[in-house]
Order: sequence, then structure tokens, then C-alpha cells
Amino acid sequence: MINRNPQLNKHRKLQHLLTTEELPAAILLQILNTAETFVGVTERDVKKVPLLRGKSIFNLFFEPSTRTRTTFEIAAKRLSADVFNLNIAVSAQSKGETLLDTVNNLAAMDADMFVVRHAQSGAAHLIAKHARPGIHVINAGDGRHAHPTQALLDMFTIRRFKHEFHNLRVAIIGDILHSRVARSQIHALTTLGVPEVRVIAPKTLLPNNVERLGVRVFHDMNSGLENIDVLMMLRLQKERMQGAYLPSSEEYFKNYGLTPEKLSMARPDAIVMHPGPMNRGVEIDSAVADGGQSVILPQVTFGIAIRMAVMSILAGQQV
Amino acid sequence: MRNIPLPDAEILLNQLLDQIQADSDNNYTALVGIHTGGAWLAERLHQALSATRSLEPLGLLSVSFYRDDFDRVGLHAQVRPSEIPFNVNGAHILLVDDVLQTGRTIRAAINELFDYGRPASIALATLIDRGGRELPICAQYIGAGLRLPAESILVFDRDVQGRFNLRLENKKGVVNGAEDMPA
Repeated sequence: MINRNPQLNKHRKLQHLLTTEELPAAILLQILNTAETFVGVTERDVKKVPLLRGKSIFNLFFEPSTRTRTTFEIAAKRLSADVFNLNIAVSAQSKGETLLDTVNNLAAMDADMFVVRHAQSGAAHLIAKHARPGIHVINAGDGRHAHPTQALLDMFTIRRFKHEFHNLRVAIIGDILHSRVARSQIHALTTLGVPEVRVIAPKTLLPNNVERLGVRVFHDMNSGLENIDVLMMLRLQKERMQGAYLPSSEEYFKNYGLTPEKLSMARPDAIVMHPGPMNRGVEIDSAVADGGQSVILPQVTFGIAIRMAVMSILAGQQV
Repeated sequence: MRNIPLPDAEILLNQLLDQIQADSDNNYTALVGIHTGGAWLAERLHQALSATRSLEPLGLLSVSFYRDDFDRVGLHAQVRPSEIPFNVNGAHILLVDDVLQTGRTIRAAINELFDYGRPASIALATLIDRGGRELPICAQYIGAGLRLPAESILVFDRDVQGRFNLRLENKKGVVNGAEDMPA
């Protein structure tokens, strides 16, 4: 029992969503299939179902993120839940309250679910571990560790456009070292049976022993993109330019920025993804971002359906 | 419970179809089946009725997101999408389900339909009405009424040839019907 996956209850059902690591393929597919049904809901007159009526969902954002917070808020509202947005970076934490005190206070207000974004890896795990039974926790990004709903919406997008996972070559391109998105993507891709996952990045932006995650490493775009079906771009954070990681954004764009020329090395029907927000002219050229192979805007739409699916699966789970 | 005779589902479907066709007052323009059994029935009814009148493409409802027992049983592991391929506003809809009992599924289906628009009318056709209503809901067209023990589960199924059948189960498994075996 000691090593039991904290995301699963005693019936091996999803209790919290903290990471895509060690989640069985059956659960990933259950989330993707449920999300398919929610895509239809968002195309109706009334874009709302009464499933989570009376449930209280708290968005706990210890790190600012308007976009992710908004998609969780839209998803919760389309399920008829009551949503409370707490921007904790500027309230209790600045008064010296500990993370668990904050969470216990909110739990005392009869919360049913916490959506947690935190700069520290493991914050969502900590909250899940200490939350009273019946409360569900969704990790909306913790430090460099995980961002499971982003990875799931990426898997959903891939399945929508490529239909299968078992015959794909997928490349993740950019700052793998600092990216919680990349880690969650790699775990989800390998669990769903993608036979070849590549990472393409300069040596300074790759974690040590990244091969252990089951990926092939490339430092060069031209060879790395050969025969690729899916390109998953990562956001290059501006602060990385100032340290020792990279000489300049111009230099990065020259070597790793996705231009139409570099994209032509991949398969002609390859799709291009990006978790947003994009740095145009740094990791991606506008001609690609807005081009025919880009599926970046569908990713945003599917992100709402995925979050609706995760919330409704969790909320329906008995303790 | 072993010896309750069950009617032939194919014969009931023909009776249901006859009733619908014999009713000169009906003015529905669209059929909507409720997953899973109701959808199979609606498919067959749609095919037969399309021969004599013009109908909208067949609609399917899942009602998973409208059930009132979500807090007790959670979300079904295999949720299917609802598909309503016509404009619900102003439509006369015939809703189709396999077994009518408490009426809770029909309540959920009506609520879901209203989230697609405002239908002009909704009528209900069911293969079996087994009583036990918990809501003020009734069917306009009924294949047959059956009195069954409250704890029994009436299962409507389709075999590999596409033929419909009925069987009675309790929590231990099949007790009557197509695959009769001891309880």
C-alpha cells in the first residue's frame, strides 16, 4: 500500500489528476473518450450540462496564468459547477500562511475540487495527500514537474488529426529542461503506444539522462524532423535568454525556430502544435503558426473539453 | 422469478410501429433514440417510417450528463456522444426508449433536448412499459405493458444478426429469457 499511486483510489479509479506518469492507458483513453462527448456539447445552443450542479470548484493559482485558469473556469461553468478563482500569490501567501493552512481553510468552505497551479514541483501532490476524503485535486502545472491536462489535450488533438498513436513519430522541440509540459507529454505519448518520441533541443536545454524517459535525442532540426508526423513546440521562456542557457533569441530562432523550410523536413501531412502563449519569431515563425499545418487553435478548443472530462470523471468518483 | 414468460422483442417492435402508423393525430418530424437500446429501436423505426413520410435525420441522446444519480454512481465509463443532426427549435419529436420504468431517464432526455432548442412537442414511444413510475411521465406508444418483480432488471439486447431480444436479470446474472439458466 505504501507505493500506491496517489492518483487512484482503492478501486484503481482516478481520484486526483496530478501527472500523466504511471497512469494506465485505460484511464488516459477514458479521459479522451469522455472529452469527445463534451466537444459536441460546446456546439449546441446551450453550451452547458447540469452534471456538476451544486459542486464548488476552487481555482488555486499560486502562480499567475490567465489562460490556463480561464480554460478551467470555462470548463467548470459548462458543467454547471460554482467556480471560485483565488489568486493566492497576492493574498494569503503574502501574509505568511502556509500552503496547507490555505487549503484547509478553503476545504472548510465545502470545496469539492481544487485546481492547483504552483511554482513548486509537488505542490498538487502535497495538497492531494492532505485533503480530506472526497476532495479531488487537479494539477494545473507544478514547477518543472507536470501539467497533465495540457498533455491530455495534446493527445486528444493528435488523435483527432492522426486517428491512431501506434504508427506515429512525434518530436518535442525546445526547452525540455524547464518544461513540465514536455515531461507530461512524453509520459502520455509512451503510455498510449507512440513508437518513436524524439526530443530536439540544444544540450543546455535538455535534462540529464533524458533518454531514460524513452525518447531519442537530437540536437539538429534537419535530422530530428525527418519523417515526423507530429511537431510539439514548446514555449521558450524569456528569462532563459538572460542566463547561461542560450546566447540570444536570434541565435535560437536560427537553429531551432520552426520556419516553413525546417517544417518541410517533416512529413508533408505533419501537424504543428504549441501549448501557448507563442513567442513568434523565437520558437516559431508566423508563417508556420498561422499556416495550414498548424492545429494550435483547435488545441485551445479541445482543452476545454478535456478539462470538462477530467472534472466530471473525478467528481463522479466515490471515496 | 424463473418462469416469467417474456414476449418476443421483434413482435413488440412491429406492434409499436403499427400503433405509431395508425395514429392519425401524430405530426412528429423527427425521431430521437436514447442510448443504447432506444437508439437501436429508433434506427429501425426511422427506417420503416421514412417509407411513408419525410423525417429529419435520426437523433441520438446519451443523457449521461443529465442523470440524477451522478452523485451516487458517477460518470458511466463509456459515455457516448449525443448527436442531434437537426434543428430542435419548432420540431415535433418522437422520443424512443426500450424500457420505461421510473421515468427518470425520460426526464433527463427531455432536459437535454431543451438545451438544443425549444421543440414544438415531444411524444414518447417505448417497447416495454413495466410500471413503477416515480415521475409524472407517460408514453404515447407502448409495445407491451409488463408486470415484473421490482428487483428484476429487464435487459433489451441485440444479437450478432441484429435481432432484438429481451431477458430478465437480477444482480447475480441472467435468470430468464434468451439464455435461461438457474438463478
